[in-house]
Amino acid sequence: MKFWRLPLDAGSHSIPIGELHIIKDRCKGCGFCIEFCPNQVLKEAPEFNKKGYHPPLVTKQGECVNCNLCEIICPEFAIYSVLKEYKELTAEDIAGYSKK
Amino acid sequence: MKIRYQPIVPFDQEGFNRLKDEQHGLHPDDQYLKPGRIPHIWCPGCGLGVVLNTYINALKMTGIPIDRSVVVSGIGCTGRVAGYLNMDTYHTTHGRAIPFATGLSLTRPDLSVTVFSGDGDLFAIGGNHFIHAARRNVNLKVICVNNFNYGMTGGQVAPTTPVSARTTTTPYGNSEASFNLPYLAHASGAVYVARWTTFHARQLVNAIAETFSIDGFTFIEVIAPCPVGYGRPNKIGSGLDEMIYYKENSIVQNGADPRNVDIALKGKIVVGKFSEEKRPTFLGEYEEKILKKFRRTET
Repeated sequence: MKFWRLPLDAGSHSIPIGELHIIKDRCKGCGFCIEFCPNQVLKEAPEFNKKGYHPPLVTKQGECVNCNLCEIICPEFAIYSVLKEYKELTAEDIAGYSKK
Repeated sequence: MKIRYQPIVPFDQEGFNRLKDEQHGLHPDDQYLKPGRIPHIWCPGCGLGVVLNTYINALKMTGIPIDRSVVVSGIGCTGRVAGYLNMDTYHTTHGRAIPFATGLSLTRPDLSVTVFSGDGDLFAIGGNHFIHAARRNVNLKVICVNNFNYGMTGGQVAPTTPVSARTTTTPYGNSEASFNLPYLAHASGAVYVARWTTFHARQLVNAIAETFSIDGFTFIEVIAPCPVGYGRPNKIGSGLDEMIYYKENSIVQNGADPRNVDIALKGKIVVGKFSEEKRPTFLGEYEEKILKKFRRTET
């Protein structure tokens, strides 16, 4: 879908911004959160945790939209996201969405 | 020859308590989990943790308090769910989760009783109990985690293993036909039949939350990856590869005919809510047909 201008009702919508919390030592490195994050916010960390697995690492902290999918899909209860703030919808967001 | 015995080290209870306090409460869902039990024993890439997580999220979503919900589970990897949840949970003998839950549900109709068990437990040794509980329409919420083999005992062939799938007891491929679980449940008389995979976590949360408000025997089949017992011998790969396989090969078809939702090895998986109907429950019929007559004679 492509938007050619900012929608007229952009003021009544906002983007939720989430903050990710990762409990590194619980992770068993299954990679579900990294693979299925809709915004590709996570990637595999280069360092090991206590168990010897690579826990996820947040690469783009501002891009998490608090959809909670990683929290639901994590089998180890090792990741959760908390709603931090609501961001106003701007022309850049719309342009970025059209590019995807 | 001199035999060396290992020195007996007494169990460090203080250290255990310290570790338990440190580890518990780091995650918001930890209030539903027993302190000191996480990390669980399930393998990396196993789908059972996802199903446990979705069940907790469904509880959070519907707001059912912990002291009003009960989980009964049988034996197997899935049976260990009962040990991890911090509520009234019962770990019963092999295959007898449904008889136990039936008694519980009939004596305490105010509780929300969920049976959490695997395919081997519910359909191999406990198959008879399953069909009769569905026939009577006892008020139970059954979540069957189907990973196509007996995972805990080492990946043996199960009644749900697809034809020509390899397991440790069928090294040349399975020659037996497998059960079509939604069809079996629907034909036996379950009022709500759905199937989701662990990839459809959000839909699974909604489905489990939906069943809490339904009176009667509900059945949800959850297809879960078993990377060690099923993925490795069948060349599907790790748990993540199996999840990607579900993502690419599952077709959402709500209201599909349960007769046509059989699963073949590496074939398409039809998921969705297959049927929902209304039928009088066991307790309601008993009240209506038998107890009412005696009440009339008394007055």
